[in-house]
Amino acid sequence: MLARLAEQLYWHGRYLERAEGLARLINVNSHLNLDLPGKRAPGWEPLVRITGNSELFESLYEDGSGERQVTRFLIADERNPGSVLSTLSLARENMRAARDLLPREVWEQMNRLYLDVSEQISGNLSKRRRHELLAELILGSQQIAGVLMGTMSQDFAYDFILIGRYLERADVTTRILDVRADDLLPGESDELPPFESIQWMSVLKSLTGYQMYRRHVRLRVTGPDVLKFLLRDRLFPRSVVFSLKAVESLVSQLPGEDDRALRATTGLMRHLDSARMVKLKGEPLAKFIDEIQVEIGEIGQHISLTWFGSAPE
Amino acid sequence: MQSEVLPHSGLRTHSPAGITFRVYFEDAGVDRAMPFDLIPRVIPKKEWDRVSKGLQQRVRALNLFIDDLYNDQKIIRDGVVPADLIDGSEHFREQCRGISPPLGIWAHVCGSDLVRDGDGTFYVLEDNLRIPSGVSYMLENRQVMKRVFPELFADSGIQPIDEYASQLFDTLASLSPRPVEYPNVVVLTPGAFNSAYFEHAYLAQQMGVELVEGRDLVVDDENNVSMRTIAGLQPVDVIYRRVDDAFLDPEVFRPDSLLGVPGLMRAWRAGKVALANAPGAGVADDKVVYAWVPEIIRYYLGEEALLPNVPTYKCSVAEDREYVLEHLDQLVIKPANESGGYGMLIGPHSSAKEQRKFARLIRADPRNYIGQPTLALSTCPTFVTGGVGPRHVDLRPFILSGSQTYVTTGGLTRVAMKAGSLVVNSSQGGGSKDTWIVDTSTGGSN
Repeated sequence: MLARLAEQLYWHGRYLERAEGLARLINVNSHLNLDLPGKRAPGWEPLVRITGNSELFESLYEDGSGERQVTRFLIADERNPGSVLSTLSLARENMRAARDLLPREVWEQMNRLYLDVSEQISGNLSKRRRHELLAELILGSQQIAGVLMGTMSQDFAYDFILIGRYLERADVTTRILDVRADDLLPGESDELPPFESIQWMSVLKSLTGYQMYRRHVRLRVTGPDVLKFLLRDRLFPRSVVFSLKAVESLVSQLPGEDDRALRATTGLMRHLDSARMVKLKGEPLAKFIDEIQVEIGEIGQHISLTWFGSAPE
Repeated sequence: MQSEVLPHSGLRTHSPAGITFRVYFEDAGVDRAMPFDLIPRVIPKKEWDRVSKGLQQRVRALNLFIDDLYNDQKIIRDGVVPADLIDGSEHFREQCRGISPPLGIWAHVCGSDLVRDGDGTFYVLEDNLRIPSGVSYMLENRQVMKRVFPELFADSGIQPIDEYASQLFDTLASLSPRPVEYPNVVVLTPGAFNSAYFEHAYLAQQMGVELVEGRDLVVDDENNVSMRTIAGLQPVDVIYRRVDDAFLDPEVFRPDSLLGVPGLMRAWRAGKVALANAPGAGVADDKVVYAWVPEIIRYYLGEEALLPNVPTYKCSVAEDREYVLEHLDQLVIKPANESGGYGMLIGPHSSAKEQRKFARLIRADPRNYIGQPTLALSTCPTFVTGGVGPRHVDLRPFILSGSQTYVTTGGLTRVAMKAGSLVVNSSQGGGSKDTWIVDTSTGGSN
């Protein structure tokens, strides 16, 4: 398989998952703001920081960092390469050249999703419309995954889409936890338990994980248990370890002698297994998540060097 | 490529009569539509067999001519064609001098445009020896027809055309410098934004080979060509390139080309890789060279041309030039190096002002122009607004030359959709039809 096409499919997988993750991230923040009273509400500024685009945001939006500005920046702003719209467009562009390797329906579905969403995204989405549109995007992304799974031979082209998707998903889930960590900085830990429980429920719901959590954990919703579920659960498909296990198994089947990507993935899973959840709140949690994100980035670099690199064999 | 006749099974009407259709080629975010006419063009097999022989003869001679031009230039030394024929040719590549590609063949895929005049004779209008396109329309048109009129094909002696992709693969494979059973063949495309990308992707897919871009290929110091894959570098033996000469290798041609592969020409020269068509093959599809093809056939094969040229006045020859200048209102004037129907003067449809402009152009650069009488071009019944009407057509068969020669069964029939128009090019609104070569001797009626 051509390295260029493998790379494009990998990035298609990453960008589509990123667009979906961003939609989930915005929805969890909306819920938090609705659930929490007045000054407890996290506001919108943390989202900009978590998506790593603070500088660009500040240069583009001088009139504040409220809901209107931040959601505009994160959803519809084409000047932001990390906006939902830009990311979705990148997912489509990366699929374009490699589309002959995929079932025709997948490309049609990708096109339809992009055109639908880009048509409806305008400057002033009402809260309700925004929620609907993001939910539609999440469903559309799931549909593409479904059509692929149901109709495509599980060849290398398929593997690279999945590797991109799962690696990005691991990253997205840690970022969503970041929203929560950000809200629990030291000095504010005297928070009332009912609110805390509500907030963790929001996090679970944003990852469509509340029901599964209830079925499989069977405990009331507490911080350490939710963290354990979202970081380490072996059965829930959006947990970090589940995603990394998928990457591990896919990567181990790829051609070549170089196993750095595989070792980095296994190493990160070990790191996650050794963490003590009860201690992870506030700053230590934020720090832990940073470490995980750096390691995810390293896995990505190894993948690029090993299978897309231009260095001669 | 995605072609679809709509709705769903395929047919989307766009004329009041409700019976003309478009074959949609969705690529690069742009819908490329070529109007597709459902009334097929029918040619009896016996007649086609003669045309096919004529095309094989013509392409054989043209390949010998190109090989000669880049080597000994005997045909010029023998005074059969004038020396300025090459000096003035835009597609003559000095960089190809002294090269003898495998089997001595330069134009492995040739698309010659044929027209018929009032008495039914087929004439060759031009040869396309660089990167002729359109074969995917020919193949798709047949698919549409089979879907829409399956019963017509059951027992009517219509000859199949579907083997083109296999024939193309065999032709390309026969050029491999490595004597292996399964040489690595690739299709080289300029990329997804090229107007013929769908055809590149389609042919690669039909042949089951990789569709590569310049950046996927690499030439090492020993002139080996490889493609970058997830398992490292894999050798490449034959490249069916759909990238123009000028962009093929920035080391030799345009240094600013990002579409090409640095070092490709030295690999080709060293015989490490086969290029189809060979760089420089375009020298013979210059419209002035065209005028000399009957002499070229006679010189190399000692035969008379089986397929006639349209009578052609060469403006470089004083006598012809005077005739052309005096009859601008009756002739079609074509520049040597343009294609796609651009830069032409169609005398009977032109204004005095346009004729004066062409008189100036011809005097300034006589070698660059030819004149041809307007033929009473044949028409085919075509669905048009308000019913069926006659529309002018041409025919582009494709001729493959490798260890064997193959001519498509029929070809792509292009049709001028405007009444009276002689311009059939798709870039100028022309459409296409399925072309049926029908064997009347094996039953069926036509």
